[in-house]
Amino acid sequence: MKKIMNQTDDILNEMLEGLSYAYSDLVTRIPETNVIVKKNISGSKVGVVSGGGSGHEPAHAGFVGTGMLSAAVCGEIFTSPTPDQVLEGIKAADDGAGVLLVIKNYSGDVMNFEMAKDLAEMEGIEVETVLVDDDIAVEDSTYTAGRRGVAGTILVHKILGHAAESGKSLAEIKEIGDKLVKEIKTLGVALTGATVPAVGKPGFVLAEDEIEFGVGIHGEPGYRKEKLQSSRKLAEELVGKLKDEFNWKSGDKYGVLVNGLGGTPLMEQFVFMNDVKALLEEDGLVVDFKKVGDVMTSIDMEGLSLTMIHLDTPEWTEALNAPVTTIAW
Amino acid sequence: METKQVINWLQLFTDKVGENKAYLSDLDTPIGDGDHGANMARGTSEMMKSIEEKNPQTPTEVFKLAAMTLISKVGGASGPLYGSAFMGMTKASMQSDDLVSILEGGMSEIQKRGKSEPGEKTMLDTWSRVIESLKDGSLTEEKVKEISEETKEMKATKGRASYLGERSIGHIDPGAMSSSYLFETMIEAGVK
Repeated sequence: MKKIMNQTDDILNEMLEGLSYAYSDLVTRIPETNVIVKKNISGSKVGVVSGGGSGHEPAHAGFVGTGMLSAAVCGEIFTSPTPDQVLEGIKAADDGAGVLLVIKNYSGDVMNFEMAKDLAEMEGIEVETVLVDDDIAVEDSTYTAGRRGVAGTILVHKILGHAAESGKSLAEIKEIGDKLVKEIKTLGVALTGATVPAVGKPGFVLAEDEIEFGVGIHGEPGYRKEKLQSSRKLAEELVGKLKDEFNWKSGDKYGVLVNGLGGTPLMEQFVFMNDVKALLEEDGLVVDFKKVGDVMTSIDMEGLSLTMIHLDTPEWTEALNAPVTTIAW
Repeated sequence: METKQVINWLQLFTDKVGENKAYLSDLDTPIGDGDHGANMARGTSEMMKSIEEKNPQTPTEVFKLAAMTLISKVGGASGPLYGSAFMGMTKASMQSDDLVSILEGGMSEIQKRGKSEPGEKTMLDTWSRVIESLKDGSLTEEKVKEISEETKEMKATKGRASYLGERSIGHIDPGAMSSSYLFETMIEAGVK
């Protein structure tokens, strides 16, 4: 393992210190916590809070700021934050209009965030939750009942953050969120495993000429291993599987997010996007939103994921394309 | 229910978890992620530290402190589950002094948090059968040991072990085991 680090136990703290120092104009770290919060919360708007284990940077702290998240709660690497930490995030984000929690569907996250919701309600803060389960790779996995939440979560932040910014109520935002998560689907492909610093070796090993489809963002097993193939072939697999899920037809409107998993250069992500573009054009889709880059990584995993969102609601398209002030969008 | 007794119960529980830390993690290795012992040992010793510092005056206050420290110090899924259990006991102890009612309050919160029922090879199997035995007066330390051993032959349908399906058979559930320590020490401390 080659990493730029000090003691593994200090990584989370040192990362958050570095992040909040570098972007002190946008965010602050709540003292004694692992919560990154937007500067100047005001205006009685609904707070949107997300979080989860660390190791997925820039998610989630990179999306804290005007127009997206009010706060992000950062757990240990690949470990859900505890309810007391999430509660601090909720309190910091609450400006009297309540707080919406965006949760990725992992058993640990769901339990810890729901417990935090109970604690916040005891303190008189209104809290609603939206559960993201966009990964179509597998139904149940090591950490999940049902489908996992992955890169599509960032699009949920973007659209719900926009709804909160424009003054919608907690109930309205919850309703949008519940609709939204049904229209977002993601599938990934890994070229290597991720190395958790405390473990020191990759969580799984693929041969030099081998790839795996459907690997999760913590290195959970996918659905098929194959020999390495061209970007075009990878795009055919991912787009084909998403098409089976969405059942799109010519003229349908979609948004596309190509997300790097941490160890794949942008060059390759753009090449892949070009292949996706060709396939979607063949099917006659109208692409109203496009984005490429690392938004939800798996530490240093090589590979990428493809997220698509069905955009038949003009407000969602507008929300996705609206400017925001965050570290990483 | 006496505050001193309740504190003594949690101290004995903490000692027992500490003594069996490696064993609990061993149970968690084939069917989970192998950290149950370490997580529970860390959480329970933090719980006792907090109880010593804050010197709670009623069983309700003790349960609440236990809930808050377990929630914040255990992590994983066990943290919210044990935290919810003690939170439920906190609420129930505000209404009643009766041990059965208090444990039932804890159990219903575990069910709610884990979206689970008895019979799925989880800590709930220990809780539900201990409460049954408590009601019919047949609860002894030996009985508690038997109850957790019996999870060995069950097939897991909830929790991380459920991904193993049939392969979870033949392993004692780590959460059922740590819960059995809770009830063995409850009897040992004479909490009624």
